[in-house]
Amino acid sequence: MVRRLRGFGRSVLIHASLIPAAFVFTLPFLWMLSTSLKPDVQFYAYPPVVIPSPFQWSNYPDAVKFITFFLYLRNTLTIAVLATIGVLISSSLVAYSLARIPWRGRNFLFILTIATLMLPFQVTMIPLFIVFKNLNWVNSWLPLIVPHWFGGALYIFLLRQFFMTIPMELSEAARIDGANELKIYYSIILPLSKPALATVAIFEFIARWRDYIGPLIYLSDQEQYTLSLGIYEYQTQYGAEWGLLMAASVLITLPIILLFFFLQKTFVQGIALTGIKG
Amino acid sequence: MPVELPGTQNSAMATATATANLPRRKLSQGTRHTINGLLFASPWIFGLLVFWIYPTLASAYYSFTKYNGVRNPTFTGLANYIELFTKDEEFLAAVYNTVYFAVVSIPLAIFFAFGLAMMLNAKIRGQVVYRTIYFLPTLVPEVALALVWVFIFTPHNGLIAAPFRAFGSRGPCWLTCAEWARPTLVLLALWIIGQQIILYLAGLQDVPQDLYDAADVDGANFLSKFRNVTVPILTPVVFFHLITSVIGALNFFAIPYIMTGGTGFPANSTLFYSIYLYKNAFHYLEMGYASAMAWLLFMFTLVVTLIIFRSARLWVFYAGGED
Repeated sequence: MVRRLRGFGRSVLIHASLIPAAFVFTLPFLWMLSTSLKPDVQFYAYPPVVIPSPFQWSNYPDAVKFITFFLYLRNTLTIAVLATIGVLISSSLVAYSLARIPWRGRNFLFILTIATLMLPFQVTMIPLFIVFKNLNWVNSWLPLIVPHWFGGALYIFLLRQFFMTIPMELSEAARIDGANELKIYYSIILPLSKPALATVAIFEFIARWRDYIGPLIYLSDQEQYTLSLGIYEYQTQYGAEWGLLMAASVLITLPIILLFFFLQKTFVQGIALTGIKG
Repeated sequence: MPVELPGTQNSAMATATATANLPRRKLSQGTRHTINGLLFASPWIFGLLVFWIYPTLASAYYSFTKYNGVRNPTFTGLANYIELFTKDEEFLAAVYNTVYFAVVSIPLAIFFAFGLAMMLNAKIRGQVVYRTIYFLPTLVPEVALALVWVFIFTPHNGLIAAPFRAFGSRGPCWLTCAEWARPTLVLLALWIIGQQIILYLAGLQDVPQDLYDAADVDGANFLSKFRNVTVPILTPVVFFHLITSVIGALNFFAIPYIMTGGTGFPANSTLFYSIYLYKNAFHYLEMGYASAMAWLLFMFTLVVTLIIFRSARLWVFYAGGED
C-alpha cells in the first residue's frame, strides 16, 4: 500500500514537471495558430486573447492572396522533391559501395565522408557560389538541387550503418547465382532497407522544405522564391501583417507536422540511428 | 574463363580445378570489387571533389586575397587575418556573441534534454504524447519559428509581457536591448531540443535493467543509481550531443538572421559569427575576408572537437567490452 502510494506520488511529481514543459513547448505553436485566426485588433490585446472570437478564417485566403503563395509552394515542392529523389539514389549507391562491396580504399572514403560532417558550411559556401555563378546557375534552382544528386554525407553514413546489418551471406549467395552488384543492390538490399530509405527521404524533404540559407544565397528573382523567402513579404513598410503571416506559417508548418504524425516511428528510429555511433 | 561444373560426380577434380583457379579468380574478384566499389561510389567521389574538397582548398586560397567574386583575387598575404584580429570590432563582437551562445546554451540544452528524457523514461502514461510535443518545435520551419518568437517576445505588448503586466511591470526588453537579446536567444534555442530528447530517451531505454537490479540488491538509492549507472551509460549520447551542438552553435545563423534581418540589432548583440561572415561575403562582397573568417571558424571547430574527442577517454564510458 505504502509502496503503491509512493509510486503514485512519484508519477504525480513527474507529470507535474512534464506538463508545464509540454505547455512551454506547444505555446509558440498554439500562439501561431491562435494569431492566425485573429482580427488585427486582438494581436496585442491585454489580457491576451487565446481563443479568438469570432474566428477570422478569412486570414487564410487573404494570406494566400497577399503573396504569390502557390507559386512559392510549387517552387518549394519542386526543389524538395527533386533533391530528395537525388539524395536517395546517390546516397544509397554510395552506401552500398561502402557497406557491401569489399574494396580497398572504402575505409578511407568513409573517413572522408565523416570528416565532411565536421566542416562548417561557411567554408565551402563562397567557392561554391563562385562555381555556380560561373556556370550561370545563380538565380536558378540548380544549386539547390544538383549537389544533392551526388550524395549527402549524413545519409551515406546512416544508410551504410543500416546496410551493414543485412547479413553478408545474402549478397554472397546472390553473387554465386550470378547476380551482378546492381542487381543485388536493387533487388535485395533496397527492398530490405525501406525503413532507412524512408528516414532519409523524410529528413531530406523536411530539410529542403525548411531550408533558408540556400534560397537566401542563390535565389534573387522573386519568381524563383521558396516559401521561406516569400514569407518575408508579409512584413511591409507599415509593419508586419501578423494575422496573415501566422496563417502562412501554419500553412507551411502543417505539412511537416502531418508527415511526422503519420511517420512518427520512422522519425524516432532515424534520429536514434544518427546517434548510434557518435 | 567461367568454370562450369555440371553436378558433382567428380568432386575430387572439381576441388582441384577450384584450387587451381583460386589465385586468379580471387585476383579478378578483387579487381571486380574495386571497379564496382568505385562505380557505386562515383557520384560521391565526384561530389566530394567538386562540392567539398575543391571549395575547401579554394576557400583557403581566397582567405589570403582580396576578392569581390567578380574580378580575379589579388594576393594580400595575411592581411585579412591581421585585420580581423586588430581592426575589426564587429568581428570581435560576433566572436563574443557566438562563444557566449555556445557556452551558455549547450550545458543548458544538455541539462534539459537529459532531464526531460529521464522523466519520460519513468514509464509514465502518455510518454508518446509528451515525446511528440517536445519534438514538434524542431519541425517548424525556422522562418516561421523566428517570426513567431519575435511576435511573442514583443516587449510590453507581446504574449511574453502578459505575466509581467499582471504585476504591473513592463517586463524585460527581450530582443530589443543588448543586455537581454543574448539571453533571450539562448532561451529560444532551448525550445528546439526535441531531437536530443529523443536521443537521450533512446539511450536510456538501452540501459540494461539488470544493472539497476544489481544496484537495488546493493541497496543503492535513486541518486547513486543515477550517478553510477544512468550517467555512465548515457555519456556516449552526451558526447554526441556535445559535438553536434558545438558545431550547431558555431553555425547559428537562420534564426537570428531572420529576426533582425542580419543587422545584429540591438548594438551588435545578435551579430553571430555566421551572420557577420555571410554579410561580408554577400553584402559587402568581401569574399576573401569572409573566407578568412570561414577558415578561422573551421580551425576553431576542429580544435574544439579534437579537445572533446581527446577528453572523451576521461569521461565517456563505452560498454562495448563488458557485454
